[in-house]
Formats: sequence, C-alpha cells, structure tokens
Amino acid sequence: MAEMIYQSPKSIEEAVNLLAASSGSVNILAGGTDLIIQMQANIDEPRVIIDVKKIAEMTQAELTEDALLLGPSMCCAALTAREDIKALFPGLVESAYLIGSSQVQGRASVGGNLCNSSPAADTVPALIALNAMCQILGPGGERTVKAEDFVTGVGRNCLAEDEFLRCIEIPRPEPNTADAYLRFIPRTEMDIAVAGAAVSVTVKDGICSSARVVIGAVAPTALLVPEAAACLIGTDLGTADLSAAAAAATAAATPITDRRGTVEFRKHIVGVLTKRAASIAFQRAKEN
Amino acid sequence: MKTHVTTRINDETVEFLCEPQQTLLHVLRNELGLTGTKEGCGSGDCGACSVTVNDRLVCSCLVLAVEADGAKIGTIEGVASSDKLHVIQEKYLEHAALQCGICTPGLIVSTKALLEENPNPTEAEARYFLAGNLCRCTGYDKIIKAVMDSAKSLNQGA
Ligand code: FES
Ligand code: FES
Repeated sequence: MAEMIYQSPKSIEEAVNLLAASSGSVNILAGGTDLIIQMQANIDEPRVIIDVKKIAEMTQAELTEDALLLGPSMCCAALTAREDIKALFPGLVESAYLIGSSQVQGRASVGGNLCNSSPAADTVPALIALNAMCQILGPGGERTVKAEDFVTGVGRNCLAEDEFLRCIEIPRPEPNTADAYLRFIPRTEMDIAVAGAAVSVTVKDGICSSARVVIGAVAPTALLVPEAAACLIGTDLGTADLSAAAAAATAAATPITDRRGTVEFRKHIVGVLTKRAASIAFQRAKEN
Repeated sequence: MKTHVTTRINDETVEFLCEPQQTLLHVLRNELGLTGTKEGCGSGDCGACSVTVNDRLVCSCLVLAVEADGAKIGTIEGVASSDKLHVIQEKYLEHAALQCGICTPGLIVSTKALLEENPNPTEAEARYFLAGNLCRCTGYDKIIKAVMDSAKSLNQGA
C-alpha cells in the first residue's frame, strides 16, 4: 500500500505552508464525499491529505453588512439549517439541500462541490447566479475569482497546485431580489442532476430590473446565459418572456447524451427549468 | 505510518491506531469490534454505515478514521441503554420493519437523528430524510410506520 500522509492544520497560515511544502499528489479534504471515493479507487497512489475542517473559519459562515462569508468546508446540513442565510439566498440553500442524502449533506460542502468541479454540481449554478466570488489563497498571496470563472472544465478548475479556496463571498442581495434553483432528476431525491437552472432576479415596480440565469449539467461547466437574462429584464415575466428565456437557455446548452439523458431531452428540460426557476425567483423577489 | 487517534465513541473514550487511508467504518468494525455498523456499498450510497460524528449524521464509509481524533462518535451500539431497547428499536420490532436486518442499524441511527432534529416529521419529511438508507427487503412501508410511531411515542414521553 502506498504511503499516505494526513495533516490537519489548525490555521489558514499553517494550511498555506503545508500546501506549499507538500509535493506529489496533494488533496484538500473537506467533506470527503468525492475525495474518499476517489482515494479508494486509487489506493496505490501516494498522497498527502490536508484536512481543512479543523480550521474554524473554513467551516463557519458569517453574514456581514455587505456579504455572506461562507467557509468553503461548512457542511450542507449546517448551511441549510441557517434560517438567516436561507432568507437571503433561498436558491443557494435549496441547491445545497438537493445534494445526496442526509448523511452526505452532513459532510459535503459548497466549497467541495466547487473544487470537485463536476458539470452536474448543484451549488455551482446557484453560486454563479448570486455573483459569488471565490477567495483563493496560495504562497503568493490571495486572489479573487468570480464563481463563473472558477470551474474550467470537467473536473478541472483554476486552482494552482499550491492554492486552496479559503472563502466564498456572496454579496448581500439588492432589495427585492431573490434566487431559485431547480434541477431535474429521474427520482425524487438522491440523484445527480440531468439538468439544472439557477436564476436570480431583482424586481422594481413589478418589472424585472436585473437577472442572472445559469444552467448546469448541460455543458462541461455551468453556464451563465446572459441571452436568457436579457429576455427577462424589462418584463413582468409573462408567458412569452419566459418562453423566450427558455429558448435562450436551450440554445446555450451543449449537453451530451449519457445514461441519464439525451442531448434533445437535456436541451428541452433545461429550458423548462429556467422558466420555472425564473418564475419562483420572481415571486420570491416580489414578496421580499 | 500509523496514527494514534483518541476519540469518544458512545460516551466512552477510545484510543486506536490506524492508517490514514482507513475509513471510520473499517476501524469501527475491524479494529474496535463494533460490528453493528454495516457496510453495504462503501461509497456513500446505501446508509448501512450511518453513524453520528459530533452529533451529525454521516456515512462512516466516507469518513477517515483519523478524522475521529477529538470527535464524538455515536453508533448503533450506543442507542439502547444497558437494560432497555430505545423506543425506536422497539417500534421497528413491533412494526416488523426489518427482514434481513442489514439496513436496520443504519436506519435506526438515522431515525434517531431525524427525530432529534425534527420531532414531529410528516411522512414525506421522514421519507426524504431517510432516502439515503436503502433497504432491499421491506419495501419501506413498515419502516416508515415504525418511524412515525416512534415519533408519536417519543412526543408522548412514552
Ligand atoms: S457502506 Fe457507507 S453508505 Fe453504503
Ligand atoms: S431488512 Fe434487508 S435490507 Fe432492509
């Protein structure tokens, strides 16, 4: 059996130093719901595991006057239990609530979901819709990357080998703004998205004044679709406006056919999800 | 290299040595003899290995044993008191909510976690919460009846 080293730094600084000093295959361990399975499949690969969950700020969430500072390794069960966060970002919380089982939600985290960089990750479209910023730390210091630029391909992201995600910053929404996330799966729970859509809208006097539409599981990465948002802005989300947004989402999708869905089905359903998520977000925005 | 881990399992301090890649499930069963926790899939899909870590329900096949250091673990062995089954266990028996029994320890640990978080779940909430516990024998109906009846008993202080 290959040598494996487990480290559990107690501070951000310690984590940066450990990451910079480690060579070979180094993995950050958050909830482990993807990593531990990958480790078991490659048991012969030597690796260093850096468990960041003993660093308090990595697993906590703080709501400041301007933003939610989300510890990337906070488990989804802890996140979805936070009523204050749910009130501001219902779509993000519903996306976290859809990941795996209760047991998986007890471990899996939004940051882990981002860093695993699966095209079907549920929280990633929700983060993008909310203009989330990823704070990345490495030996050279800190840099910030927009959520839509974080994932660069299937299972790939913008992190260098000696960098890690130390915080996800989500700006507080403007007044009368709300988000929603919907996905399609063949079962009622515990499955991987065949397609997903996250929408955030701001409403002024009954009219949508700004919007972000993001689709998931229908391209190598989650896609921001400004063409779909443009169909919503300046409207009251009437039937024709929603259909136009759906058509724009369908046009932007470049899915593959696999055992969970065909290209045709995914393109169609992502439009339907866009329409429905937009309606839910619009309704929520009017009410808050 | 073996790591020394000190943890609390069912309110008792436990120490063990483990390899960093060993899962908590492996150590519970093969090193500590706590074989009530079952392995179904080893990949987080079946819930047979459900335990609590710091009061949070998780799959022990997706936790590294080294992560237990300084943590508080709850397993099926800690559910009953020394002389009496837990109400949830009694209700599973009463409703014949088990056949082969492989899923049962995980389901009982999960049911306990559900009722601690939500003492009065609707049937839909109970089904959703327990969706990660697969049972290939019972068809779930008796399980859900046992869960709903457990909630009723616990709420009546029975
Ligand atoms: S053995 Fe852990 S979920 Fe199946
Ligand atoms: S009783 Fe056999 S798997 Fe549930």
